[in-house]
Amino acid sequence: MFKNLMSWIEYRLPFMDKMNLHVMQYPAPKNFNFWYFFGSLAMLVLVNQIVTGIWLTMNYEPSAEGAFASIEYIMRDVDYGWLLRYMHSTGASAFFVVVYLHMLRGMMYGSYQKPRELLWIFGMLIFLVLMAEAFMGYLLPWGQMSFWGAQVIIGIFGTIPFIGEDLTLWIRGDYVISGATLNRFFALHVIALPLVLVILVFLHIMALHEVGSNNPDGIDIKKDNDGTVELTEADKKFTFHQYFTRGGKKVIVDAIPFHPYYTVKDLVGVAGFLLIFAWVIFFFPEGGGYFLEPPNFEAANPLKTPDHIAPVWYFTPFYAILRAIPHPFMGAVAMFAAIVALALLPWLDRGKVRSVRYRSGIHRVNLINFCVSFVALGVLGVLPAEGLYTLLAQIFSFTYFGFFVLLFFYSKNENTKPLPVRVT
Amino acid sequence: MSNAPVDHGRRRFLTIATSVVGGVGAVGVAVPFIASWNPSERAKQAGAAVTADISKLEPGQLIRVEWRGKPVWIVKRTAETLQQLELVEQNLRDPASDVPQQPAYAQNRHRSIKPEIFIAVGICTHLGCSPTYLPNDFSAQVEGIRAGFFCPCHGSKFDMAGRVFQAVPAPTNLVVPPHMFIDDNTIIIGEDEGVV
Repeated sequence: MFKNLMSWIEYRLPFMDKMNLHVMQYPAPKNFNFWYFFGSLAMLVLVNQIVTGIWLTMNYEPSAEGAFASIEYIMRDVDYGWLLRYMHSTGASAFFVVVYLHMLRGMMYGSYQKPRELLWIFGMLIFLVLMAEAFMGYLLPWGQMSFWGAQVIIGIFGTIPFIGEDLTLWIRGDYVISGATLNRFFALHVIALPLVLVILVFLHIMALHEVGSNNPDGIDIKKDNDGTVELTEADKKFTFHQYFTRGGKKVIVDAIPFHPYYTVKDLVGVAGFLLIFAWVIFFFPEGGGYFLEPPNFEAANPLKTPDHIAPVWYFTPFYAILRAIPHPFMGAVAMFAAIVALALLPWLDRGKVRSVRYRSGIHRVNLINFCVSFVALGVLGVLPAEGLYTLLAQIFSFTYFGFFVLLFFYSKNENTKPLPVRVT
Repeated sequence: MSNAPVDHGRRRFLTIATSVVGGVGAVGVAVPFIASWNPSERAKQAGAAVTADISKLEPGQLIRVEWRGKPVWIVKRTAETLQQLELVEQNLRDPASDVPQQPAYAQNRHRSIKPEIFIAVGICTHLGCSPTYLPNDFSAQVEGIRAGFFCPCHGSKFDMAGRVFQAVPAPTNLVVPPHMFIDDNTIIIGEDEGVV
């Protein structure tokens, strides 16, 4: 009876077939390490943001008059409102933590290289939309830092020659940031951008499953069985979807089905993540002033500028680049270029070897240079832009872009180590 | 169903024609969506330029008008005041008004179009209090200078061109809003089209 129902559905909508294709019979390389936690963790945080976000809108009031008070209402009077809000605000920071680590994984193991360029581009688009989403969400509590942070970020568009002034007016919908700005940001934050985000995540995963997952060795798992590949007992044990075996003509080795092997492994990652996440929510929800900034506990006041305006920590590396350049518009261009350079990695890196494990010492040092520059810029972005700090921000902006320039040159004829034939 | 051979030229023409018409429609539909982001009529009303009549303004007198919710000062400076602008310059943070807190036509010593008429947003650039106009007693703050602005909140001092003194909390000069003269006695604040 149940079986009949299932096959009745399956005939009309091949649900189980798609589940097999993408989950139960999807061949993932067998050598994933902990760096491969962050993709599934990003999905978990996205679900957290969507669910807590929906619940927050039930008590939030998107108006200049009511927004700040409604947040206080959620925090004090709504049952578990404080928990839902802290899950959402901590989730925003957690999102960027896991996404930055996910991107670093891609950079270390060359996951952006051919044939995964489009996959990488979708990932960068997700990152861009995520930044827009986070920025607009930060305006909604209508606190001092919400207001003045938005002032600074919208001001970046004002630096564009000729159209800048009109563009900022169009974005704000008023001569100053006002209720009109708040309401449109609310609409974009809760409807438009989450929809785009979910669609992009879907495309990201579809693109991934078409070209297959990379792995820490950066070599392809064997899919063509021409008789030269030695099969282990394990290789014979698994069933992979006929889409990947070309209708059973190829044998896939060095792979394991995503479910149950990586779902169980990712569960360990989820447990570890939730442990830290819950600790932050319950004991450290303001993140020492970095997740929720102190001026934001005061309602927005257009007549009173806070002494020191700093964006939330996840924007600070790019903010530091913006401020490092004395010319406002060129600063904005440099900041944007810092993101575009990442998106162009598949073409800036002309190497044939993917993983840092088998690449040259220069590449290893350069990758460390990138990480150090990025973190240093992040620290400088929260400090005031004066004297030594400005100079340091300029130096690290230079080394940040230097990573890409150097990579472009040495990757052409890089002194790499021999690649293993099979994943290790 | 006719079995006539496919006319590729005709098919291409129809495809292009449909795409063009559809594209025009898409652009047309985009207009209301994009235009609805412009400031509404209510926002434009609230942000509109204001006109001030200064025919009755006496030398040394300050009047306030409201523009975009902020107090805007109009001061008629005396000849003595204008002379004293030069005296304080070594004590100012930004005497040449390099920080763009004013339109280009007000980047001069008196920070105004006409030397005697000074227009500024009356909000301290520190934390947004409104400074007090001291037409005769400013020498208690800066010796030998008769008139100036003093912020009671945190003690910031500005000269009679709204330029900030050194060693006070306010970081920049007072903001000079865009403005223009319709005639000798009428000023429009918030608009400066046609002023070179």
